[in-house]
Parts: sequence; C-alpha cells; structure tokens
Amino acid sequence: MGKLTSFKRSLWVFHASGGSCNGCDIEIIAALTPRYDAERFGIKLVGSPRHADVLLVTGAIPRDFADKLRRIYEQMPDPKAVIAVGNCGTSGGVFYDSYNIVGPIDEIIPVDVYVPGCPPRPEAIVDAVVKAWLKLEKLEKQLEGKEE
Amino acid sequence: MTPETIFYAVGMPIIGVFLGLVYKGIDRRVSARMTSRIGPPIRQPFWDVGKLLLKETIVPANAVKWIFNAMPILALASSMTLLLYIPFGIIKAPLEGYGDLVVILYLLTLQALAMAIGGFASGSPFSSVGAQREMVLMMSYEMPFAIVITGFALIYKSFSLSTIASTPVWTIVGPLGGIGVFLLLIAFLLVTPAELAKLPFDIAEAETEIAEGMLAEYSGRNLALFYLSDAVRGFAMMAIEVVLFIPFTLSYLFGLNLSGATLYIVEGLWFLFKVLLFYVSAVTLVRTSFARFRIEQASRLFWVYVNIIGLLGLLLIWLEVM
Repeated sequence: MGKLTSFKRSLWVFHASGGSCNGCDIEIIAALTPRYDAERFGIKLVGSPRHADVLLVTGAIPRDFADKLRRIYEQMPDPKAVIAVGNCGTSGGVFYDSYNIVGPIDEIIPVDVYVPGCPPRPEAIVDAVVKAWLKLEKLEKQLEGKEE
Repeated sequence: MTPETIFYAVGMPIIGVFLGLVYKGIDRRVSARMTSRIGPPIRQPFWDVGKLLLKETIVPANAVKWIFNAMPILALASSMTLLLYIPFGIIKAPLEGYGDLVVILYLLTLQALAMAIGGFASGSPFSSVGAQREMVLMMSYEMPFAIVITGFALIYKSFSLSTIASTPVWTIVGPLGGIGVFLLLIAFLLVTPAELAKLPFDIAEAETEIAEGMLAEYSGRNLALFYLSDAVRGFAMMAIEVVLFIPFTLSYLFGLNLSGATLYIVEGLWFLFKVLLFYVSAVTLVRTSFARFRIEQASRLFWVYVNIIGLLGLLLIWLEVM
C-alpha cells in the first residue's frame, strides 16, 4: 500500500512540559523556526495528544505531574513514541535528589529516545524525532502483522 | 442512472478531495515561504491523511458514541455535496436546478455544525468550549454572508448560481452598484477565514489554549475525515467566490476561439488559477499575518464592522436596482 511512507513523511508531535525550566521548550520551538524548519519534513506541533504520533516530554517530573503525564500518554492513539528531551528528563539532571521530583521520565512512562543536553541543540531534537520514526515503523509493522 | 450521473457521483468527490488537498498543500507552502521557511512539499496533506488513516481511532469513554462517529461522515458528505452545486468555469453544476445559493449557505453551515455537534458529543470540556465558540462565531459570520447572498439576489433577481455565473456581475451593474458589489466582496473576503476556521478566526480550534477545541478528542480515521472535509470546504468556498465575483472566462476576456478539449483544459486551468488567487489572498496571507482574535473581538468585528460594510454595499445595490 505504500502507507508506511506516509508515516515517515508526516509526524505530529505533542509537547508536554513537566517540571521544565523552559530551556528545552525554547529549543523545541527553535526546531520549528526558519533556521531549522522541521515542518519541511512534515513534523508539526499539535495541541491535542489525540492527534499526536510522538510525545515530547521535557523536565524532571514533579509529584503532581506524574499522574497527568501517564494520562497524556494513555490518551495518545497507537502507534506512538515518546522522546525525553533534556538532562532533567533523561536522568533528573541537577534535580536528581530533589524531594518533590518523582524521577526521570522513564520511571513513569516508557521512553524510546533520550536526548541529553542542557538544553539540547535543535539538531539533536530533530535527530531524535528521526529515531522515533524507526520505532513507529516497527510498531506499525507489528500492528499490520496482527491484523493479518 | 446515466454514465454522467455515475461520473458526478464518483468523480466529483474524488476530484474535490484531490484539489482540496493540493490547495491545502500550496497554502502551507506559501505560508512557509512568507515566514522565510522552506515549508512542506505540496504532497504533505496527502501524507497527513494517509498517516491518520493508519492510526488507532479512539472513542472516549464518556462520548456519545454514534454521534461522535457519525459527525465526521456528515461533515465530509456535506462538503462533497457542496461541490455538486458549484459551476466550475464552463462546466455546469451537476445539480443545477435542484438548489441555489441558499442551499450552499446551508451546506456550508452544516459542515461547521457537524463539527460543533461532534465536539459536544465527545464529552471533553475542551471540545465543549470549542463547540460553543464555534456556535457563537457561526451566529456572527452567517449574517454578513447572508447579506452578500441577498445582494446578489437583488442584482440578478435570482438565487441560482448558474444564472450568476453566466454573466459577470461587474458587467451588469452601474457605478453605484459597482461600489456596492466591491463592498460585498470585502465583506465576503472577511467572512472567508471565519467560515473555513482559519487564523485569525480559528478561535474554536485554538490549539494553544483549548487543545484543538472541537477536534480535541478525535483521532485516526475520524480526524482524517474532518481533515478531508476541511480541505474540500476550503476549495468549494473559494470556487463560490470565484463564481460570484470573477466568473470571467479566458475566451470572454481575450475573445479566444477555442473549442473541444482545448477549451475545457484551458478554461479549467484558468478557473483553478482564480481559485488559487482567492485562496492565497483570503486565507494564506491573512492567516500568516495575523494572530488569533478573542471570541468577543471576532463577534464584534462581524456584527458591527463587517455588517456595516455589507449593509452599505446592499444599500448601494438596492439604490441602483430601484
């Protein structure tokens, strides 16, 4: 059907900001600016997790947000991938032993791609999205296999 | 069932979807170029739809299931029916004689209404807020839209779109009526982005504040259907504008003497070019240049200013016709 191609060329991203300091969030926006222009690859930020293929999470996750993040993840339709952006999201960063931090993102929801950096460069974020494609494609093939 | 009927029933929707998606792609590309980006390829909307069809379709637990699933189909069906009432250049409207501008007005409303009902049925607070905003916006922009249609009915003494398409409006009005029609054109251009739910009037789908509003709970196939209906409606709306305001054919303008297939190809491309002209000026330029209005600002804009422009145009036309 050539359907997988359309997956490759159109990727909608939902951005959930946890306990982030806004540094990574700005870099995510920078990936959409004229200099990097992620939209030319079909990468688009959407406003609802129901529309998203990829969940971008930034920041170490505070206690209050853990449950909400889990719900956002569950609201996304399959197949889906999760990218953790920034040092805080991947390891806890400077907040690793803080009392109101639940922990890095992968202790709450399954993370597929880690982007370290404080904040990571926009190139790194675009590269992470490309890596997430590989996972989505694999998932899609599994789903197709299940239907047959 | 004649072969013609089958062609119109099957061919027109396919052509409509194809053209709608192409125009959507051009719109995104032009918008990107305006902000000095490269922008997605023209084929991007096709990939978007292909991908949405691959995704899981979720029905929220507290949604009214059958309304939630039926509304995307109703939206797409109403915008496809819309295409059958529009004369494309020299090709006559397939359903000519079975309906007129008033039916078109209703079909345009039906699509927006289907989205709003789908939003209410999805049982999410974001969707409800979006649907309420859409209803308010609809009440605001339908009035100027109706004024424009009334103006044309005054000039032609008919609501039929084929009658309107047969003679360009500028050739039958005098100087006073000409100014009137120009004012109606301005009012209609202002209504267009609201009708198509594009910036600065995408208040009902504001992705940054209410998580895509009416579409918040839609995913997968249902979202793809709404995406398609939006694309088809964009194309249909611009086609209506072309028919109303610049129905000049190339053969009329330059006195060309074409016949057979050449005529259809040349006039078809010319029509598509006019549609593109309207699409870029009424949607792309506006949506790239302006930020989103608040709902009460948009309401005031339509109820006060656009209505004044439209009524003034109507008055001038009325003075001339009398």
